[in-house]
Amino acid sequence: MATFVDRYPEEAAVVRATFVVAFVSLGIGAFFGLIQALHRTGYVRILDSVDYYTILTGHGVLLALVFTIFFLLGLFTWAVARSLERPLPDIRLTWAWFGLTTTGATLVAVAILAGLIPSLGVSADVLYTFYAPLQAHPLFYAGLTMFIVGTWMAGADWFLAYRAWRADNPDDRIPLQTFMVLTTMLMWYLSTIGVAVSAVFFLLPWSFGIVETVNPLLTRTLFWFFGHPVVYFWLMPAYLLWYTVLPKLAGGRLFSDPLARVVFVLFLLLSTPVGIHHQYLDPGISEGFKFIAMTNTMFLLLPSLLTAFTVVASMEHGARQRGGEGYFKWLGALPWRDPAFTGMALAGLMFAAGGFSGMINAGMNINYLIHNTLWVPGHFHMTVGTAVALTMMAGSYWLVPQLTGKRLYSRPIGLLQVVLWFVGMVFMSNAMHRAGLAGVPRRTAEPQYQSFDFSTALGSVGELQAQIAFGGFLLFVSVVLFLFNILLSSFETPMESPVDDSLPAPLSGAEGSPLVLDDLRLWTGIAIVLVILAYTLPLGSIVTDAGLFGDSPGFPVLIDAVAMLKEVVA
Amino acid sequence: MEIHAYEKFWLAAALLLIVGLIATVSYGAVGAGIEMIGDEGGTVDPEALDDHPKFGDPGVYESGEDEYDVYVVAEQFAFRPGTSDPIEVPANSTVTFHVTSADVIHGFEVVGTNANTMAIPGQVATFTVEVDGPRDYGILCNEYCGSAHHAMEGTMEVVPEDEYDGPEGGD
Repeated sequence: MATFVDRYPEEAAVVRATFVVAFVSLGIGAFFGLIQALHRTGYVRILDSVDYYTILTGHGVLLALVFTIFFLLGLFTWAVARSLERPLPDIRLTWAWFGLTTTGATLVAVAILAGLIPSLGVSADVLYTFYAPLQAHPLFYAGLTMFIVGTWMAGADWFLAYRAWRADNPDDRIPLQTFMVLTTMLMWYLSTIGVAVSAVFFLLPWSFGIVETVNPLLTRTLFWFFGHPVVYFWLMPAYLLWYTVLPKLAGGRLFSDPLARVVFVLFLLLSTPVGIHHQYLDPGISEGFKFIAMTNTMFLLLPSLLTAFTVVASMEHGARQRGGEGYFKWLGALPWRDPAFTGMALAGLMFAAGGFSGMINAGMNINYLIHNTLWVPGHFHMTVGTAVALTMMAGSYWLVPQLTGKRLYSRPIGLLQVVLWFVGMVFMSNAMHRAGLAGVPRRTAEPQYQSFDFSTALGSVGELQAQIAFGGFLLFVSVVLFLFNILLSSFETPMESPVDDSLPAPLSGAEGSPLVLDDLRLWTGIAIVLVILAYTLPLGSIVTDAGLFGDSPGFPVLIDAVAMLKEVVA
Repeated sequence: MEIHAYEKFWLAAALLLIVGLIATVSYGAVGAGIEMIGDEGGTVDPEALDDHPKFGDPGVYESGEDEYDVYVVAEQFAFRPGTSDPIEVPANSTVTFHVTSADVIHGFEVVGTNANTMAIPGQVATFTVEVDGPRDYGILCNEYCGSAHHAMEGTMEVVPEDEYDGPEGGD
């Protein structure tokens, strides 16, 4: 039979649904991004600066949580069914987690966007990190909890599919794509404990007024317990595509299956015991614990550096299969007219640059120069904003036809779109890094101050702002092109095989990788031990300092409405 | 497990980079003496800052010859001192900052320097800087703290030693 939608029509319907949610969020989130890029550079200010933070919260949550994770939910469903060569065990369970995650995400979005309409009395302008004691409406924390629980159910769905497959194939190696999904989900189960405990035990009861106070350093630390692994939760779908799809698009095959497994195991082990590297500047956590987090972080560079090797080697192999020769001339033999290939290759290139700026962030002392400056969003727009987002968009050009049985509306527009994204991000991200070095803060509606100016080592603040606004504009145009291309594709007539969806076996196959790599219980056990080692003492000392529930009352972000209510009551 | 020769070389280079990065930070901390924020500052009740011997009366205190302690309270949307009165210290002195918050989480960043910390209610961030020649610095809040976050700023004035008229601890 022809393609994924013909083989697994029910699974394809779920994947299409998750992609619709992902792409709607992408559209809204990108529009918010454009508003921010123009607002904070002073070019166009259509909103009051107070509302900037509503837009910023929406941008962060819709893009970093909703777009990326719904794409992941669809991609992983596709990858599990495809690589196990069987449908999911019970499609009702699949629709149930889709329903729960979508409801949760919708509640969160409503709580955030309601902030634009003051008369509703609901606000969640607490940004993506929702640091207490800033307090959002309970709807925000409740929706977030539903969303997380929904992702846990999705993981259970994929593990049940694996168990059913294992019963029929007791001696086979776990297919590579399923292996990637399962290790990623194990990492996710471990790391979301932090945010779930924070939301369910502390923030939700506190926002309802059941408990009066909160320990801000505790909830902040629990957030980062989840907040760094979540970046790998975004990145692993991109890695899955780079390892299993990109080599094929390049005209070849994956260089090494064993090394791919090693990389995913390393991410399972090291993603979580590093969160404190986001808290280098926090009082109340000793330097020793920060140093441990830094050491783990630096070793977490290893799987990404190994990935760089494998991806480039696979591309070179593909190019040589297509007749490429020489030391560098083979680059010209790659299929640069294919938007799926070019988008992923450019995303990988920018990830290398983002990796280097990440090394600066990870350096415990040099971090002081750039902490909470515009450098940081400059960094993560290269990583999650390009390595992940551009790979997902480029991958869609190859995946969506398999889910609909219809060809892509326009490959040239797709090519223009991915190149535009890359160019836009070069302008915006480079300027953000440089502005950060000058001390310009992130998360600020108007980085202009009364009593001092910023001075740049090179160029001027005006030039940096022009680059940020221009880059942001190109990125928005790129998203619009992407969404129209996907939308118009849905009006194409169905065809037998809209895209070549076969994936060739790796050069070094699974038979060459040690069996122990597939021992998921072992790796999960080690991952848990590493987390206990990294977190027991810091969390213990934070709780000893101020107690589980701390001393901080809530500071609702909706100050005006509270004042209004008091007047009404009086 | 089959590992290609180039892969082994790459793996070794990657490990060298990682160990090198950790070594530079370790050298920075032990050799060059770059101070970082830990848990030395202790804790404080954010609801009772007014009763605190220093945060109840924040400002600059002399702690030794050419050594000063600066107690700063960050609150929505000002630094005390810093916003309405600048933080004033003499040139060529050693200044230890003690920063806390009276309400939500704030940032305290001396613009263009690595004097940068989070201000977390209940916790005191303590760090020491060497101040050189006379100069004015901007201070800003670099953590979102509410609707007027972008207006939260202050100044620090490093004045020549002979023009310095003593700490105003509790201005």
